[in-house]
Amino acid sequence: MAQYIVRRLLLMVPVLVGVSLLVFALARVLPGDVFVAQSVNSGLSPEAREQLREEAGLNRPLPVQYLEWAGNAVRLDFGESLYNKQSVNKSLKRAFPITLELALLASLIGIAIAIPLGVISAAWQGSPFDYLSRFFGVLGLSVPNFVIGTLTISYLALWFHWTPPGGKTSVFEEPWLNIQQFVFPSLILGASFSASIMRMTRSTVLGVLREDYIRTARAKGLYPRPILIGHVLRNALLPVLTLAGTQVGFLLGGSVIIENIFSLTGIGAITFDAINNRDYIVIQAVATLAAFVFAGLNLLIDLSYAWLDPRIRLA
Amino acid sequence: MTSRETSVALGFEYYIAPLPSRWRRSLRLARQNPVGTLSLVVVLGLLLSAVFAGQLAPYSPTAVATGLRLEGPSGEHLLGTDQLGRDVLSRMLYGARVSLRVSFLSVGIGTLAGAVIGMISGYFGGWLDLIVQRVMDIVMSIPAFLFALVIVAALGTSSTNVLIAIAVVLIPGTSRVMRAVVLQVRSRAYVEAASASGASGMRVIARHIVPNAIDEMLILASVALGAAIIIEAALSFLGLGAQPPEASWGKMLAEGRGVYEKGPHMVWIPSIVISVTVLAVNMLGDSVRDILDPKVRGGSETRF
Repeated sequence: MAQYIVRRLLLMVPVLVGVSLLVFALARVLPGDVFVAQSVNSGLSPEAREQLREEAGLNRPLPVQYLEWAGNAVRLDFGESLYNKQSVNKSLKRAFPITLELALLASLIGIAIAIPLGVISAAWQGSPFDYLSRFFGVLGLSVPNFVIGTLTISYLALWFHWTPPGGKTSVFEEPWLNIQQFVFPSLILGASFSASIMRMTRSTVLGVLREDYIRTARAKGLYPRPILIGHVLRNALLPVLTLAGTQVGFLLGGSVIIENIFSLTGIGAITFDAINNRDYIVIQAVATLAAFVFAGLNLLIDLSYAWLDPRIRLA
Repeated sequence: MTSRETSVALGFEYYIAPLPSRWRRSLRLARQNPVGTLSLVVVLGLLLSAVFAGQLAPYSPTAVATGLRLEGPSGEHLLGTDQLGRDVLSRMLYGARVSLRVSFLSVGIGTLAGAVIGMISGYFGGWLDLIVQRVMDIVMSIPAFLFALVIVAALGTSSTNVLIAIAVVLIPGTSRVMRAVVLQVRSRAYVEAASASGASGMRVIARHIVPNAIDEMLILASVALGAAIIIEAALSFLGLGAQPPEASWGKMLAEGRGVYEKGPHMVWIPSIVISVTVLAVNMLGDSVRDILDPKVRGGSETRF
């Protein structure tokens, strides 16, 4: 087991190097750089811009720039923003709890909606409930979260003159304000997250229902409900768990838009600003970290898989 | 002796129903699948209105009328006017052009490129396969939307670059599936027999692998289409897609955010159109999968 974990962690290294190289290369294809973006606002002269590029070390050979960045990143130092000279570590640290809270709440809400709906819908295949929840599933996949977000925030303001309070709050210090900030964004993100999980749950449960051991259990005289909970759920939820792990990217992507609509200052907002400012130091850090979280989470899911299903041997 | 004569000679007679014509089969398919048919009609309607936007639009999508800002829907302007007095219906029609061009082309290009890469990777194997698959691992480990954002930022904001970004994001998944199909088909006895009797690599690919892979690719593409429309709209919503004065649905929704008090139609018209379009495309994708993938048919024996 320990050997397996170590090997998986080692396998993550080339992927992370690849991701950072790829984003580094892409960022260097940028038509303008951060200083061109700045000079539009502040009227920097081309000479001053060149001076700034020199100072920021952007005129050095690309391999040197990459290796220096990577060397620091290994020590978890992501350098400082080209745009406002702030430490990337500091702004990430400030933004991370916001996105984490949003993603956690959204996945909890999503799973709480999705699993019961999916299981019942599969068990009562062809019933009105099944049609209704399948329709909900397609609707959730089809109505983009920024559409629900825009409608929600517009009509909350129009009908109730209510806007979500701005600024950064902590759930531990100002719980009430924090709830007001997060209730709608996490409900919206969670609802769209639940649509795909619900569809996965339904189809895996349907698959398990067709297995021989379910027929055997029924033939033995077991009542349908214990079969559903003891046999079907146990076997169906494992693939759902794996598939849910691959959806984390969806939550990260969704947080860029949802944070933008609800003026939350999380990782999504940082990414969006960095892209607008052509601040590639920040873009590199966010993309590499996202890949790391993604890979780490999938490792955790594979481990829990082995823990939940004793037939699976990790080797 | 025909089979009918044979059957008579053998002492029994049977009737061989003629195979229904293609048209009849399609009609039957449509009757069995009303939801799929309806969504096909909606998607075709949207495609037609995008193609003929120039003829259908009552006004120019960029004509500014300062006296008529944020008017609600009326006989003159069926869907009202926007914050600059431009006709919303005309802008939605031209927006359909941007949205559908970007999503259809990106899915087409992305699926094709992914299929070719997966085919080469799976068919030739060896170190080429290893390198290609590791590159795909890397691309897949960046969340798709984030990667699309980075590509658009790198190439610059325009609807063509959004098209490229979506196509690139679709490549890894498609190439994975294609590679799996190639590996599976290659190990079948009849394909080995064809290779052994001297069929060239190209012939094996064209005769055996492509026909086996087409259904899978169609399923993938039909599922990807809805996602592509959403990504396009989301990027334009963030201001990274189509640039003014080009109209696009996501951009119009973003503009509506600032003026919802005076012109709520600016928010709900793009909302409804984006949602209905993606809904129709997704339902169509579901129907395509139901028809092509027999695995999802049939039900359980136990009633709960």
